[in-house]
Amino acid sequence: MKVLVPVKRVIDYNVKVRVKSDQTGVDLANVKMSMNPFDEIAVEEAVRLKEAGIASEIVAVSIGPEKAQDQLRQALAMGADRAILIKTDETVEPLAVAKLLKAVAEEEKPQLVICGKQAIDDDCNQTGQMLAALLGWAQGTFASKVEKDGDKLNVTREIDGGLQTVSLALPAVVTTDLRLNEPRYASLPNIMKAKKKPLDVKEPSTFGVDIAPRLKVLKVTEPPKRQGGAKVASVAELVGKLKEAGVI
Amino acid sequence: MAVLVIADHNNETLSDATGKTVSAAQKIGGDVDILVAGAGCRSVAEAAAKISGVRKVLLVEAPHYEHRLAEPFAALIVSLADGYDALLKTATTTGKNVMPRVAALLDVMQISEIIDVVSPDTFVRPIYAGNAIETVQSSDKKKVITVRATAFKAAGEDGAAPIEEAPAASDPGLSSFVKEELTKSERPELTAAKIVISGGRALGSYENFEKYIFPVADKLGAAVGASRAAVDAGYVPNDYQVGQTGKVVAPELYIAVGISGAIQHLAGMKDSKVIVAINKDEEAPIFQIADYGLVGDLFKIMPELEAAL
Ligand SMILES: Cc1cc2nc3c(=O)[nH]c(=O)nc-3n(C[C@H](O)[C@H](O)[C@H](O)COP(=O)(O)OP(=O)(O)OC[C@H]3O[C@@H](n4cnc5c(N)ncnc54)[C@H](O)[C@@H]3O)c2cc1C
Repeated sequence: MKVLVPVKRVIDYNVKVRVKSDQTGVDLANVKMSMNPFDEIAVEEAVRLKEAGIASEIVAVSIGPEKAQDQLRQALAMGADRAILIKTDETVEPLAVAKLLKAVAEEEKPQLVICGKQAIDDDCNQTGQMLAALLGWAQGTFASKVEKDGDKLNVTREIDGGLQTVSLALPAVVTTDLRLNEPRYASLPNIMKAKKKPLDVKEPSTFGVDIAPRLKVLKVTEPPKRQGGAKVASVAELVGKLKEAGVI
Repeated sequence: MAVLVIADHNNETLSDATGKTVSAAQKIGGDVDILVAGAGCRSVAEAAAKISGVRKVLLVEAPHYEHRLAEPFAALIVSLADGYDALLKTATTTGKNVMPRVAALLDVMQISEIIDVVSPDTFVRPIYAGNAIETVQSSDKKKVITVRATAFKAAGEDGAAPIEEAPAASDPGLSSFVKEELTKSERPELTAAKIVISGGRALGSYENFEKYIFPVADKLGAAVGASRAAVDAGYVPNDYQVGQTGKVVAPELYIAVGISGAIQHLAGMKDSKVIVAINKDEEAPIFQIADYGLVGDLFKIMPELEAAL
């Protein structure tokens, strides 16, 4: 089966985020950008399905700026077969991303789409669920295990109380959680090979999808600062302070 | 103006967070109804009817709502959406699973994990693991929202709303429930506990959680949490994870033991009232946000702490 893997270019998870003083957003100039960590897990899962003989072809898709080609090349180096960039410099909200992905899915006809459960920039946790809704497909979110079972897909999900396993009709959308796998590092030869793999660049307009945002960002501010940093010298002092504060 | 709050429950008990989501709904304004969908869950509807200021409770019972799988559950919520200006659900894993599906079916851009309501169309939410806070105004006619429960005070419990049965929607039949492995614990629930004590990579094993964390938790009546590193290593189950991509907690007291304080972890606990950090590295970032930091070896400190309580 063909597998589609959407990947997003986001601020690297190690970067300390700075809010712009004019409150219009966070400062992304000259900061390290990477593939969203949950999307790396998605690519890895697709590659493992291919290595297990279950997936036949892996197509990586990104919606983002020209530079998102870096993240698509990384997906190709990890083992994706080809890539599509839907190029835009605008902020594209999850609903619009899902609509574009739906259009891609209708062209590519994958049996499975594996998305990251959330992007670590907007922390929305929506795109996979929205895509499943628009396609009328089943969804297996926050997956920690994915197993093909005949014409079904068994997905073990990380839920608030523990784990839940659901059986999905295919085609389906799966979103990844942290425990699904540990993504590989691409080897140098594979990075070289990835440069020759096909990468199509398209415009959002060719899909006939309205990507105008529905949410207007009025302001972006710093979170309230916490006054911390005080130390205690012993367990006895700690217990005393906690009793004083009335928390134990 | 009317708002529908979709209750979180397990067919037996109503989650405490529902009362908090009701107060977010009341901040939006208008009549607030609660939907309780499940199987054999009338007692949950009765509990929901006691939440103050609720107009009515809609009770929908059918076998295909027993586990609130996203596909049938979203279809039901969409079938009820007509009479409402906003649909709210707590940002639990069930809420995060089903609400974006509802939003897309209604052609609405969801507003995720709000921490405040500015006006009926303007909301505040954290982004970048809580390192920035955005205020957004929605141009969608209907609002679909998930609510970070720790940011709202629970509504009162002196209500007596009528319970109305509503018809089930048909099951799209795309998915089925196979099994659930729920973590059993006598301790309080992580997101509702007054005290949380979390262990990190430094614990090194489940046995060490048992020996050094659990006894202190039990003396304090605390819930136990963990960092991602401790969960990834298999020391404790996934539902213990506190952080940007795990659970968000805001107890009266949070004790971080052998946790370095990565931004992804801080995102899930920095709104706690009092924070204690126990770490052998005095440079550990967790100390910057701790009210009381104790530098030292947890394997010595924790038994002392247990004895001192
Ligand atoms: C996409 C993504 C999402 C993530 N989501 C989360 C999340 O939701 N929650 C989360 O927690 N993390 C999350 N992380 C991981 C996060 O970045 C850190 O890797 C993780 O929090 C580290 O866990 P830790 O503090 O237990 O381990 P470490 O960083 O290894 O820290 C261990 C600490 O223990 C101390 N120590 C060691 N021995 C002792 C001793 N004997 N006594 C006392 N102290 C000792 C050390 O000094 C150190 O400070 C995420 C990461 C990514 C990329």
